[in-house]
Amino acid sequence: MPLSVGTSLLIILVVGITTFATRVIPFLIFPKGKEIPKTVQYLGKVLTPAVIGMLVVYCLKNTQVMAAPHGIPELISVITVAVLHVWKRNNLLSIGVGTVLYMVLIQVVF
Amino acid sequence: MKEYKKAFKRAFPYTIPVLTGYLFIGIAFGVMYAEKGYSFLWAILMSLLVYAGSGQYLAVNFFVPGISFLQVIFLTFMVNVRHVFYGISLVERFNRFGKSRWYMIFGLTDETYSLLCTTKVPEDVDEEKFLLAITILDHSYWTLGGAIGAIAGTLLPINSEGIDFAMTALFVVVFIEQWMEKKNRIPEIIGVAVAFISLQIFGADSFVLPAMLCIMLVLFAGRKRLEQREDEVCH
Repeated sequence: MPLSVGTSLLIILVVGITTFATRVIPFLIFPKGKEIPKTVQYLGKVLTPAVIGMLVVYCLKNTQVMAAPHGIPELISVITVAVLHVWKRNNLLSIGVGTVLYMVLIQVVF
Repeated sequence: MKEYKKAFKRAFPYTIPVLTGYLFIGIAFGVMYAEKGYSFLWAILMSLLVYAGSGQYLAVNFFVPGISFLQVIFLTFMVNVRHVFYGISLVERFNRFGKSRWYMIFGLTDETYSLLCTTKVPEDVDEEKFLLAITILDHSYWTLGGAIGAIAGTLLPINSEGIDFAMTALFVVVFIEQWMEKKNRIPEIIGVAVAFISLQIFGADSFVLPAMLCIMLVLFAGRKRLEQREDEVCH
């Protein structure tokens, strides 16, 4: 261990509290019993699919398109997951095959 | 107690994709943390108290002599800032719940948020217990993955490179599931397009906050048209 037990514990606590803070903010702004504005209600509904779209991009944010292998492993694997999922609608199968394929592609092929 | 047992039984099948994903990326976290010289007990502790995928990947780098706590707070906040917006979709629902909602708020990872928002609660279980069960199950998968990774990482050299693709695959799957419902398509396209443009402009390390703000702006601008298509996305 590079740090003392105390410092290590403190880092974990600080990271934990900061993470919780990001998650709790909307619930502090709109506590129990307070009427939620219509605008926020609307936003709450359409935000979920938009966030999921953003998260797909977020997961792929470090893909190198300009340098080799030019994002080809990512492209192949994402398409495989998508096709497999539209075809079989089996979560485990889509995620499992996609992940193993990706690992093989970047470790062995490219 | 019987009610809770039922809630867990009903919730489990919905959490299987997260189980797969979390075992993989939890293991990757455990391996990285073990490489820093921390035993699996530390990995378990951090996964229990922090419970954040990319946040914990980043946090592994904090365990070096001379790290500044201000920097720890700032970097952690920035990597998790997207979570600030997630609660907006759940605040109405969670406000109906009891004390357990504070734990569910703590557990709002990307994956759990997606599950809570997109899963239809079965009719024969209590909504609060059902969502709580999902949160507890996800949290335990994550912790288990971290422990396995930390133990495996110290015992044998494994090439886990690329294992974190499980998360990408999970969100591609959730994306397609959401796509099946026509009313979600425009918001999904907005999410992908705005995030992609923001990524090109601001780069991988700082695109999320501008992307989230722009997504909200676009959603506001299109409110009239989107509300016509909308019934209930997250309810």
